[in-house]
Amino acid sequence: MDNKNKTLFDCRVPPWMEQAGPEGDIVLSSRIRLARNLNGVPFPGQADEEQLKQIGNRVSFSVQDLINADEGHQYQMLDMELLTEQERRILVEKHLTSLKHVQDPLNRSLIIRDDTAVSIMVNEEDHFRIQSLTAGLNLRSAWKMADETDNLLEARQGFAFSEDLGYLTSCPTNLGTGLRASVMMHLPGLVLLGQMHRIVEVSTQLGMAVRGFYGEGTEAFGNVFQVSNQQTLGFNETEIVNNVLGLARQVVEQERAARRMLMSDSGEELADRVWRAYGILRHARSISGQEALGLLSAVRLGIDMGIISHLPAAVFTELIIGTRSCVVTRMAQVDKMEKMERNRLRAKLIRERIKGGNDDV
Amino acid sequence: MLCDECGGNAACVHMIKVLNGVKTEKHLCEACASSAGEDCFSTGIHFSVNDLVKAMFSQELDATTTPELSCPNCGMDFADFSRFGKIGCSVCYGIFHEQLEPILRRVHGTSCHTGKVPLKAGDAVRLRLKVKGLRQDLDRSVQCEDYENAAKIRDSIRLLEKELQAEGAESDGQ
Repeated sequence: MDNKNKTLFDCRVPPWMEQAGPEGDIVLSSRIRLARNLNGVPFPGQADEEQLKQIGNRVSFSVQDLINADEGHQYQMLDMELLTEQERRILVEKHLTSLKHVQDPLNRSLIIRDDTAVSIMVNEEDHFRIQSLTAGLNLRSAWKMADETDNLLEARQGFAFSEDLGYLTSCPTNLGTGLRASVMMHLPGLVLLGQMHRIVEVSTQLGMAVRGFYGEGTEAFGNVFQVSNQQTLGFNETEIVNNVLGLARQVVEQERAARRMLMSDSGEELADRVWRAYGILRHARSISGQEALGLLSAVRLGIDMGIISHLPAAVFTELIIGTRSCVVTRMAQVDKMEKMERNRLRAKLIRERIKGGNDDV
Repeated sequence: MLCDECGGNAACVHMIKVLNGVKTEKHLCEACASSAGEDCFSTGIHFSVNDLVKAMFSQELDATTTPELSCPNCGMDFADFSRFGKIGCSVCYGIFHEQLEPILRRVHGTSCHTGKVPLKAGDAVRLRLKVKGLRQDLDRSVQCEDYENAAKIRDSIRLLEKELQAEGAESDGQ
């Protein structure tokens, strides 16, 4: 395995996430996604294999532009077809690409910066999907990175654009700015107080979406939620970023209030819940990814509230990524693993990571 | 019996599905059954953005009486949009402009871009879009009765319009 790809597949915490960002106790990361297409070329869903291949070839010339402009960083273009099934799945589990993008890997590729904070999906639903990530609540710098990447890409490619409709996209829900700004938040306090439905309701009225990051529909394993804009047309990029930022700040305040209330009204119950979760994670011999997410959320809340003091908060981020199925399987240096065996290995990885300190008290 | 999906492991989950009187059987191993879980036990109420877009295209297709159009660039027609829930290419947006407009208004509440402009689009486009954005700001200021700000915005619009005229004269002269 190429050494530079160690970060990509083996590293559990991406380099850009090593330092907690603003509001890092609640906001895990901020993300900007821009949808862009070539003028006159059928969108990937309608393009034939030759056209898809041409798109990949055209964009490969932009990789050097990115390296030249972004001092201190390297970029590479990964051909999805040349990766193993496990490597593709890991990229999905790390949210660096989508399931849709890897399902038919032929003529699909991913341009990615060495620290994984900037990436471009080639031939997903749109010809290009530029993505930038920052730690904590930092949408403005994520937007700056995506904007610069967009300009560099545009220098060589003629993007489909209409004066009235903005950037033209495969799905009309992305039209205009093609911008989706999202903030990933850990909200155990609001969930415990049964307040999430209220947040979802208000957000919908503001044209925003709040959904569970892990799990479908109303389920949100690990109490991780994503707040994002729904409308992409009629607002400019700064307005969209500010709107999402404004909502995210309010949710942060609500979560802090919920935690304060939990601590003052039911501190003992909260501590019990946290230590029970810790106890299971510390001693379990087999655990599913879903159960791990829920318990890790309680432990992280315990760390944030000063109930658990021997673990750094980063353990949560490290382990939610580190306990995804393909990441666990890869740790064992095998391609495939039975579910039961994987659950045993997951439990072992967690036990080793969280041991020590005052946990025998 | 081996799994119908992977053909490698022994099948341990046996499903019989009867839909509209048609019976289908599926035999899966544990791994394939759990990854196929959503399809197998789906109640049919799973609803995605794509389904919503498809429904909007279909509705518009029913309402429209225009003769059948198809895109000369990618060959898609409006019925294809309602089938895939996706547009075919950038040219489609021009061809089906009339039919798409009501859908865009429903999705976004507007059909008017005020954001970023590609560098290659030229200064005139950028200026026109800036004026469009400022007009929206002006409307908002007037609605809030913030006349002081409205006057400032109006002055900026006038300046930009002058620039635009100069730009137009320049490109006419070329």
